Amino acid sequence: MPNRREKLIFEYSRPGRGAQGQWPAKAAVPADIPATLRRASRPLLPEVSELEAVRHFTRLSQLNFSIDTHFYPLGSCTMKYNPKACHQYAMLPEFLGRHPLGPESHGQGFLACMYELQEMLKAVTGMRGVSLAPMAGAHGEFAGVAMIRAYHRARGDHARNEIIVPEAAHGTNPATATMCGCVVREIPVMADGDVDFEALKTAVGPQTAGIMLTNPSTLGVFERRIKEVAGIVHAAGGLLYYDGANLNAILGKVRPGDMGFDVIHMNLHKTFSTPHGGGGPGSGAVGVSERLLPFMPIPVVGRDGEQYRWLGERDLPQSIGRLSAFMGNAGVLLRAYVYMRMLGREGMARVGDFATLNANYLLAKLTAAGFDAAYPSRRASHEFIITAKRQAREHNVTAMDIAKRLLDFGFHAPTTYFPLLVPECLLIEPSETESKEALDAFIDAMVAIKREAEGDTQLLKGAPHTLPVRRLDDVRAARQLDLAWRPAATRG
Amino acid sequence: MPFIPHTKEDIREMLAAIGAPSIEALFDEIPQELRIKSLTGIPEGLAELEVGRLMTERAKLDGTPLSFIGAGAYEHHIPSAVWAITSRGEIYSAYTPYQAEASQGTLQAIYEYQTMIASLTGMQVSNATLYDGGSALAEAALMAVRAHRKSTSMRLLVPASVHPHYRKVAVAMAGNQDLVFDTIPYVRETGRIDMAALTAHAGEDITAVVIPQPNFFGVLEDVDALTDWAHAQGALVIAVVNPTSLALLKPPGEWGAKGVDIVVGEGQPLGVPLSSGGPYFGFMTTRMEHVRQMPGRIVGRTVDLDGREGFTLTLQAREQHIRRGKATSNICTNQGLLMTAATIYMSIMGPEGLERVAAQSAQRTRELVAALTRVKGVRKAFDSPHFHEAVLLLERPAAVVLRELADRGVLGGFDLAADYPELGSALLVCATETKTAADIDRYSAALAEALRAARAA
Repeated sequence: MPNRREKLIFEYSRPGRGAQGQWPAKAAVPADIPATLRRASRPLLPEVSELEAVRHFTRLSQLNFSIDTHFYPLGSCTMKYNPKACHQYAMLPEFLGRHPLGPESHGQGFLACMYELQEMLKAVTGMRGVSLAPMAGAHGEFAGVAMIRAYHRARGDHARNEIIVPEAAHGTNPATATMCGCVVREIPVMADGDVDFEALKTAVGPQTAGIMLTNPSTLGVFERRIKEVAGIVHAAGGLLYYDGANLNAILGKVRPGDMGFDVIHMNLHKTFSTPHGGGGPGSGAVGVSERLLPFMPIPVVGRDGEQYRWLGERDLPQSIGRLSAFMGNAGVLLRAYVYMRMLGREGMARVGDFATLNANYLLAKLTAAGFDAAYPSRRASHEFIITAKRQAREHNVTAMDIAKRLLDFGFHAPTTYFPLLVPECLLIEPSETESKEALDAFIDAMVAIKREAEGDTQLLKGAPHTLPVRRLDDVRAARQLDLAWRPAATRG
Repeated sequence: MPFIPHTKEDIREMLAAIGAPSIEALFDEIPQELRIKSLTGIPEGLAELEVGRLMTERAKLDGTPLSFIGAGAYEHHIPSAVWAITSRGEIYSAYTPYQAEASQGTLQAIYEYQTMIASLTGMQVSNATLYDGGSALAEAALMAVRAHRKSTSMRLLVPASVHPHYRKVAVAMAGNQDLVFDTIPYVRETGRIDMAALTAHAGEDITAVVIPQPNFFGVLEDVDALTDWAHAQGALVIAVVNPTSLALLKPPGEWGAKGVDIVVGEGQPLGVPLSSGGPYFGFMTTRMEHVRQMPGRIVGRTVDLDGREGFTLTLQAREQHIRRGKATSNICTNQGLLMTAATIYMSIMGPEGLERVAAQSAQRTRELVAALTRVKGVRKAFDSPHFHEAVLLLERPAAVVLRELADRGVLGGFDLAADYPELGSALLVCATETKTAADIDRYSAALAEALRAARAA
């Protein structure tokens, strides 16, 4: 990775320069548009040649870690290889050019892919219905909790507005509950990582709308008594929400529908390998049990004989409604479809197998090398937690230091300080697409860093050293807000 | 094994290191009664050659019709460089830039995007995108409630001429928090907001007024007067705009005496393909005073330990991973890849290129309207200035005419019957710089035939 910075695109700009080959012919502004509605001065867009733009953004790309260039053991994010075919076949000109409001007669190919994707997602999750509308995990969570609310309301059960969330839950879970107008009630997790049963029994009641759970949990272990959890929540009149962030671990092994969940969201950008794109787009398709079928977000793709068609308000009058202007992240859905077709039945079961094998191998080797597992009595699922509590106490080396030093060794850092309840937490998820050699190289780097922690910690505390920048001043970033560039002449 | 590199030897060595007899043994914590034997309902895997053939066949079914549909998603020329770069693995397969040192490319691109979109809308700060235009309006409504400390009504006035799907998304996403959206009608002759109906709300506690420009009909609103009226009532103003149009039109930051408070819109016209509705991206900009109420990620410029300039996510105390149940929104993943495409698009087009796209699109639409209204049984619905869309009234039901047109390979526009039944048989049409004089001729000839066929039926 180049140890340099790249100028801002605005610093390349020269008045009168431009990529003229991309511009349409000059046209007069229509005379009927009154001057009072016109723009007086031009926006601050750069004036650069096409080559300057290409070179600038290519150089920017080279300042990134990515799956295509680096091992990315980022827990809870499932950074697996994104097959190139998925991109290529979602980018066929007919798919790219298809207008979202185009007629179904000119969309049978696309709609067939969406219908089959719904069916495949139903099959892998054991749910009765799937809507592809939500555009990210958190959006899927929103849809799920909104459906739970709609279900209770439709039954006249208006008092149920409390969502139970284990303390290890991802931050989107409580934030989603709030967005749905619910009250959040957090319950503790026991020392072995399972939900605290007594706390759960105390928490449920006539106010319970539902519980949001991830299984395997964000602690990287399988919630063994899930059927009993489901029993308690259902008996109290609540519904169960499955956060699909960790679906990769159990693909082809167990299905949320069989565990008793009423609604789930799937992160297609994790389990089904659509790209993360530097922060999206994601896709948060939702699956539902029988009782939530009428409430699914629209549109959904249906089939009449050999014809595919959109199902909307008329077909699902109790739907929680539209979550996007059109139909969610359609192009992402096409990528997930191609991926699932390439893996097929056998390939999907292998995902769970090898994601779990890789995680358990890393856990075994790292603990053998002297790192501390947060849950040593448990199997890893597709991910596991190393706690650097001892390194912090004995050598004043934090999880953050280890994470930053890994960057120097050419590895993306694991997820740090999440879940919050494990001190000096490193959440590690290798995914199934990494080879043994890649895992061994990561283990070697971790061992080298451990040695540094026990000796001269100067390198470690100041890491990274080999990247375009060293640690950044986050306090200054938040106090002296600089959120947009301004030309020197106008700076105040 | 597709995408799995393990050899038999690897598996053996790895299991030995773990001390497990088989991969199956690694699942021993999962209760047996929950295990499934195999996945039924999933077909056998396909090689890339086979899946390529399948997808190519599916794509052919959709075809490449000549389209004049707009209604929130617009066909513009996309320079080849935009997706050639956006598809690079270093951009495409990178994660959210939480590790700033390993993500300077993504972070700097976001900072450049924030600069461009803030300037285009005439505002001070931008976030790093939301899901799409519809969800951006929902988030803006929720943000207005947080930002307006004096208003307690949680009531917003939303013109009927805001995209009908956006209005539905706002209700679906914000209704659970008890926000109320009151609809303001439009004037039947002009297609513009009914000022009399709006000013009837004078003196009420209104949290925010939503102002579209252009509105869903393509018509230009009197944004200065609307903004000033809303501010005089003590309401915040949320602008919903088309980014291409802002190369020509007054930016919302300059509307009225004070400018608006929040700007949102659909970013798709800036280098993002139509692609059946997504992935697109929603943009949102605001005044500095409201930045802490803004949802989504924000990038700031700062310095590193050696004093070198660098970029990082900032103001994270607003977000779900810190604030949990008290966050400004639950949004986590946004639309980073599309933002990158838009930033490259805006860089390549520059101010002159974008202005030409806007002016050409406006001109082409006028040529289209002139050609189509020469066809017997077609007239314009509204007599107002417009941008690159217009509403046409047909003497036969739009649905029937559109079917006839589709049979002739022309997608003639968006049928307004479901959302605006009071207009009768009305069609929203759009032309951009991608449409030629020959395309317009082809549409008008097909429309004449389609109307004849509809009359005969």
